[in-house]
Amino acid sequence: MATMSELYQTVILDHNRTPRNYRAMPEATRQAEGFNPLCGDKVHVWLKVSGDGRIEDVSFQGEGCAISKASSSIMTQTVKGKSVEEARALFEEFHEVVTGKSPGEGHGKMAVFAGVSAFPMRVKCAILGWHALRAALERPDAVVSTE
Amino acid sequence: MAIAAPARPAVPPTALDVEAVRADFPILGTPVHGRRLVYLDSAASSQKPRQVIDAERTFYETSYANIHRGVYELSARATEAYDESRVRVGRYLGARHPHEIIFTRGTTDGINLVAQSFVRPRLRPGDEILITALEHHSNIVPWQLAAAATGAVLRVAPVSERGELELDAFEALIGPKTRFVAVAHVSNALGTVNPVAAMIEMAHAGGVPVLLDGAQAAPHLPVDLAGLGADFFACSAHKMYGPTGIGVLYGREELLDAMPPVQGGGDMIATVTFEKSTWAPLPAKFEAGTPHIAGAVGLGAAVDYIEGLGRDAVAAHEHELLTYATARLADLPGVTVVGQASEKASVLSFTMSGIHPHDIGTVLDSVGVCVRAGHHCAQPLMQRLGLVATARASFAAYNTRSDVDALADGLERVRAVFA
Ligand SMILES: Cc1ncc(COP(=O)(O)O)c(C=O)c1O
Repeated sequence: MATMSELYQTVILDHNRTPRNYRAMPEATRQAEGFNPLCGDKVHVWLKVSGDGRIEDVSFQGEGCAISKASSSIMTQTVKGKSVEEARALFEEFHEVVTGKSPGEGHGKMAVFAGVSAFPMRVKCAILGWHALRAALERPDAVVSTE
Repeated sequence: MAIAAPARPAVPPTALDVEAVRADFPILGTPVHGRRLVYLDSAASSQKPRQVIDAERTFYETSYANIHRGVYELSARATEAYDESRVRVGRYLGARHPHEIIFTRGTTDGINLVAQSFVRPRLRPGDEILITALEHHSNIVPWQLAAAATGAVLRVAPVSERGELELDAFEALIGPKTRFVAVAHVSNALGTVNPVAAMIEMAHAGGVPVLLDGAQAAPHLPVDLAGLGADFFACSAHKMYGPTGIGVLYGREELLDAMPPVQGGGDMIATVTFEKSTWAPLPAKFEAGTPHIAGAVGLGAAVDYIEGLGRDAVAAHEHELLTYATARLADLPGVTVVGQASEKASVLSFTMSGIHPHDIGTVLDSVGVCVRAGHHCAQPLMQRLGLVATARASFAAYNTRSDVDALADGLERVRAVFA
């Protein structure tokens, strides 16, 4: 089995303790809520998307484990300033990373989640914030579930 | 030369030979992540003893055929085994008659049967169904469905911060519109044992029938349904050292007799014409189709197994472990026990400051300790307690003090990972 330090990497513990962009965003143009009905975790993601389809700002708040919180935090850093198209592609890439199909290199801190693939029960925790992001990109006001 | 016996710590007052019990459970010898398996999730589902596994295998190998069908010897043997299990389960739960025992798929199935067949036809708009704040989703949602279909409303008796039912408030909620009461005998999330004898008396004083969700009571407490006066009781074999896919609905004969069937099909009829069918007597009326025959045989072996250990001995052993575990966890910094009812059975829910229960569960798993993390299918209870989730250790006959020590050591490890 992969070790606890491979799963709970220093970067993940840091983002769990001090999540970045952790705030509500009253001026958001899009938002979505993600739920994991299996464990009751939830995340709210806010986006400010410019007229030409660029993510000018992104934030989140929620209840969740270290993996889910750190993943949402790093998600906000990863997609900030990206175009909507690029953010969609990053969602796909993240999915590949947590399912062990890509090492995730070259996308900021995304690679620290490669260890999650050895813990199939935790993949949904890791992907919750990204699901909410994708939902917000599809529809301005969305509620999604990981199930 | 005589060797002086080494001084031994006082043996806890339990007649249970735990090492012998452990030897009955093959899975306990299976390492997890290279470690000794410490299984502390029996409230979700218990492990199976050789006696149950063998009973099912032997049944398939020597006696299997469909029941109530063939005139041949094998079918007779299978039918006898199936009926015999019903008798044993009836005795185990304190039913008056074996035909008060309906084989179901499990607790959820049994509660839904009562909701649809007994309660729903009795509901008019504004009528009330009374439950408590500590119910499992399977003792909430079936009542919501019945209420939504009829315009009835769901009433919820409150629980205290300690996780105890507020009995006075419960009694006050029983009124002229109350048509049914459905309560957990033992809470799966907190371990609280509800004062069901008093609750049944209060409900009956108002002429209201009562269902007990017995999923967590059946494996851990001596249960005497006729003595308690319960109208219905539902439980699941898989939490009682038995197989998955089978459970029991107990109902008082008069009530079951008057209820319409929920599923139609083979085995549940007396006569069928295209104009009209008539129903078979109990229990067949509620067992349409080919049932889980081998499961019933396994369940029969499971209740025999528990009775062989002695139900009082099992309860005393689990209580001793719960007391020990509560004390061990109280010594760990940052750990809070959730649920401090004065009467508890076999469940220890807890949180750790700043660490989500999922993360606790994953780190404990890495050292071979299996606990449940989450809302335990009791989201309204979690909301009431201001929590999203807890970690939960639950105990069965095969657990030992060294399992509890492994849990406590594991929690130190959790603390270290998140230091
Ligand atoms: C108190 C309680 N009620 C109902 C259930 C549902 O049991 P099953 O899933 O076997 O139908 C459970 C099992 O988790 C339970 O603990």
